[in-house]
Amino acid sequence: MKVLSTPESRLAIITIAVFVMMSALSPDRFLSEGNLTSMAFQFPEFAILALAMTLTMMTGGIDLSVIGVANLSAVVAATLLASLAPAGIGTLESLPWLALAYGAALIVGAIAGAINGLLVARLALPPILATLGSGLVFTGFAVALTGGSAVMGFPESVAWLGNGTLFSIPVPLIVFAALALALHVLLTRTAFGLRATMYGANPLAALYAAIDTHRLLLRVYIISGAFAAVAGLVIMSRANSAKADYGSSYLLLAVLIAVLGGVNPYGGRGRVIGVVLAVLSMQFLSSGLNMLQVSNFARELIWGALLIIVMLINTINWQRRHVTTTPSGEKS
Amino acid sequence: MSKQFWMRNETLVALVIILFCLFATASDPRFFSATTLSDLLRASIVLGIFAIGAMLVLVSGGIDVSFTAIAVFAMYVSTVLTLGTIPDLPWYLIFTLSIVIGAALGALNGLLIARFGLPTLIVTLGTLSVFRGFLLTFVGSERISSLPPGMRDFSRSMIARGTTEAGNFYALPLALAALVFVVVLTWFILQKTTLGRCIFAIGGSVESARRVGINVRAIQFFVYMYAGALAGLAGIIHGSMGRMADPFSLVGLELSVIAAVVLGGARLTGGYGTVSGTLLGVALIVLVQNSLIVVGIPSTWQSVAIGLLILIGTGLPAWQAKRAAERAA
Amino acid sequence: MPDDATERTSSPFVRLHNVIKHYGGVVALDGVDVTIQPGEAVCLAGENGSGKSTLIKILAGVEQATGGEVHIGGVRHTTLDPRVSAAAGVMVIYQDFSLFPNLSVAENIAFSRELTDGEKFASQRRNKQLARKVLERIGVDISVSERVENLSVAHKQLVAICRALASNARLIIMDEPTTALTEREVRSLLGIIRKLKDDGIAVLFVSHKLAEVLEVCETVFVLRNGKLVADGPASEFDAASLTRHMTGRDVPDSPPSTAQAVQNLLLEVSELHKQGAFENVSFSLREGEVLGISGLLGSGRTSLAKALFGLVKADSGTMKMEDNSIALGDPLAATQAGIGYVPEDRLTEGLFLTQSIVRNVSVGRLDSHTSKGFLNLQSLTGEAADWLKRLTVKAPDIHADVKSLSGGNQQRVALARWMARAPKLLILNGPSVGVDVGSKADIHDIIRELSQQGIGIIVISDDLPEILSVCHRILIMKNGQLTDEIASGTIDETELTHRLAS
Repeated sequence: MKVLSTPESRLAIITIAVFVMMSALSPDRFLSEGNLTSMAFQFPEFAILALAMTLTMMTGGIDLSVIGVANLSAVVAATLLASLAPAGIGTLESLPWLALAYGAALIVGAIAGAINGLLVARLALPPILATLGSGLVFTGFAVALTGGSAVMGFPESVAWLGNGTLFSIPVPLIVFAALALALHVLLTRTAFGLRATMYGANPLAALYAAIDTHRLLLRVYIISGAFAAVAGLVIMSRANSAKADYGSSYLLLAVLIAVLGGVNPYGGRGRVIGVVLAVLSMQFLSSGLNMLQVSNFARELIWGALLIIVMLINTINWQRRHVTTTPSGEKS
Repeated sequence: MSKQFWMRNETLVALVIILFCLFATASDPRFFSATTLSDLLRASIVLGIFAIGAMLVLVSGGIDVSFTAIAVFAMYVSTVLTLGTIPDLPWYLIFTLSIVIGAALGALNGLLIARFGLPTLIVTLGTLSVFRGFLLTFVGSERISSLPPGMRDFSRSMIARGTTEAGNFYALPLALAALVFVVVLTWFILQKTTLGRCIFAIGGSVESARRVGINVRAIQFFVYMYAGALAGLAGIIHGSMGRMADPFSLVGLELSVIAAVVLGGARLTGGYGTVSGTLLGVALIVLVQNSLIVVGIPSTWQSVAIGLLILIGTGLPAWQAKRAAERAA
Repeated sequence: MPDDATERTSSPFVRLHNVIKHYGGVVALDGVDVTIQPGEAVCLAGENGSGKSTLIKILAGVEQATGGEVHIGGVRHTTLDPRVSAAAGVMVIYQDFSLFPNLSVAENIAFSRELTDGEKFASQRRNKQLARKVLERIGVDISVSERVENLSVAHKQLVAICRALASNARLIIMDEPTTALTEREVRSLLGIIRKLKDDGIAVLFVSHKLAEVLEVCETVFVLRNGKLVADGPASEFDAASLTRHMTGRDVPDSPPSTAQAVQNLLLEVSELHKQGAFENVSFSLREGEVLGISGLLGSGRTSLAKALFGLVKADSGTMKMEDNSIALGDPLAATQAGIGYVPEDRLTEGLFLTQSIVRNVSVGRLDSHTSKGFLNLQSLTGEAADWLKRLTVKAPDIHADVKSLSGGNQQRVALARWMARAPKLLILNGPSVGVDVGSKADIHDIIRELSQQGIGIIVISDDLPEILSVCHRILIMKNGQLTDEIASGTIDETELTHRLAS
């Protein structure tokens, strides 16, 4: 039973089981190089959003504005590119414009995150409401900027982030791996990460431990916003366009992956490795189902069912080890 | 007027609505007419029924985002079932079917939340995709425009219709009566029954509720089932009035509904919420969704406007509460 | 209630015989006998951890006794649940009162009654009538339509009492009823208790400081380590003998030597003022001095403590540490100036229960172990482990969650967190609340040791023996003002109680 005692190890088993099952059901197609690469191109965009969600959930919050931030950042970048860099120009000439556009997108993401952080920290708004409202505002700005239609016509170099490869590894996969590693290091090896986790475990105790909770929350939501902006850029690159309502199903997916990965939605617990495993199991599952000609809609069904089943499993007490019910329950 | 009266969300929302209407009438005198009113009322029916259900859930201390999926599921399944068995079923039986299906799906939410104590937002996010995925995979993903005759009858039934002396056409559909019924019933449950007071009680303090002997699980179960039943009703009304059973409709509306409820003074922390406030919140959201253009704001800014309304409408009281807490400490 | 119950008024309302309660291997109650007559006021005294709360829980039906007999109203109950217990007339008023903040006074009072009556429909009119009737019965005037969240603590308690009365209580159990009340409010509470007794309602006080309630009680039971160590008529007890029975010690700790060498001035507080909490607070503290601040709950002592640490922003006044003034309302500035604060409520304010012991200790030292942006986990853990050893924290695994520790060890962890930061001034709010007797003595030793190292300490406590045994100087706080200053050794507990209450 000890192997099953952490959500991460349970998840690892699920991931392997899904992989083995899919390989067995459709060995020649699921394990084909083409499928494996296409999976590697598919998941990073929502997986990055799940990383953003993980960070905010660690503090007991949530960021429902990630899609809005991603699309707004992408729309800003796309508008800049479409108006400054003509579609025909060469790769080398387009690079400065690309850097400018990407920089602008990241800044938009960070500012959007800072707004969330201020709403949560200074106004003490519940994160659900703050990010629900701000998400609508961000999406609304993207709609207003574009009039609701897609922005297109970029230099070819835009495609690299979402569709290119580096040493035959898909670039989006590299981006995701780098961000996941960064988040892991941030959460486990920096003062900021430890404080964010502790804040999630008990916000009041964080205040009494002289943690600057306002600054902490501000930084958490800024990072979440910046991650969302990166996801927005990947989506833009893969779609070769930017639009205010891309990826609307990713919000659910991001929450789902974070919770599936063992992040406690009440805060204080979660590991990036769990989230990565959750991403992989989701991708194996949906790819495999694709092979088996299962419709897209069935995927949504299976995702939702998986989320609920995993939460039910997590409520079971797996560790029957030393239940020290000290009579310290006697507090008066 | 006491200070408390002016601090209430209801008062603020009502003021914003009045201001909005004054501006709208000033910029376009045609806005102030029976036609506009009956159009806005029509647009409020489905949103209003949803909002009443969502409000009940917030009062109990939870949150439900799955009700749109429940509505579509109940509407589409009852349409398909009716067409496949007794196409001539009268509308009230089709409606009953849809309500029962909605209640059953709501009961599933209730079971997961009351029995296993799972976080309500995450559970209902999960069931949202389960219900929708199940519907589209196993029931169907085609739009059905040839509805059972009963549903068409319903959409043609009017409480009143006519033309005012000024020449404005208006029509109040029977569905409005359903909204009125839901409003009165919910108000009665919340204010006049012990069950309703227990919903407020568990929203106020679950621990205290347990100690006075309230069956918290049963109350929670009821709340989600009731919200599901209302969703089933709203779904079938939506289908009937739109004269089409569209399995892709409604989902995505849940955030606007919750926005309306929160604007109406319900708190995410539970224990607070009124039917009248909720209706005002719905009215404001419907106004913004339909008439923003009249006050000179392009409709592309609709989403920004609603988002800002949520942030201001909830941020103001939150900020006041924070200030009060700092003073008291 | 059957009518024949009134015929047997001479028989006890509650009789516990040889009640035993085990939690796993731990014995919480060990063969306790208690009887309560109708209309009798009874004190149940004992320190934290003595088994008082367990006894209440058994009477309330929240916990089942492992052995022994429970008789209520002449009926033996082998299994008791909260509803059966309430139907038999046993009502518990918990420390947090268990009210509904969002509902009206009337509804709070009527709620349990409505439930037990099985009313299907709610009627505010009926609720208000019932509430007014009950409020009148105890002679209290509170607006029945006010929301409970807007009431004072004392009024909330009265509402809780009224709720019990509305449900036809025959025994009202009050858990630490006086801690949050001012002197005048305690007086009026005692008056109400007398009225209840005249009506034949029994009252059980559960408390660890009973001087003020001794006067209305007929009988006293004292628990220590799960055993009944003394019982008898209240007239046979006084504060000193109660304390002796509760602690099991004959002599209180010897007071600290008042022979304090003249030390440097550490903290100087002048004219600190906070609207509605405290006013005109001025005092100073020397290095190595242990200063006690005592006062009833609501006297402003906790607000003052929080203000010193910056958690509450004082409206005006100044604070100086070693002649440098500190910004008010800024915990970071206070920490940087060398102030540490161990809060009153360990579980909600002090500790991160679901985080490891190491993290709980080292959370204040993260920046010191950061180089080039990264934490040195090894040195961080090493330092924490060191402090845990120095404070003799008994933990099988320092990476286990802190919630797995006992109360005494948890408090040591909370202390270790601040000691690791080498503070100049430590503010300890209720340092030994909820810890066992042995740990309490250890914590007092730690305080003395810190004082010898030259650290200034402010102890905020209503545990008078504790204040008397560790503090060099005692300040008494009343209604937000410091009213009295007492040098240690010049006063005994009875006198201190008197000065606090007068």
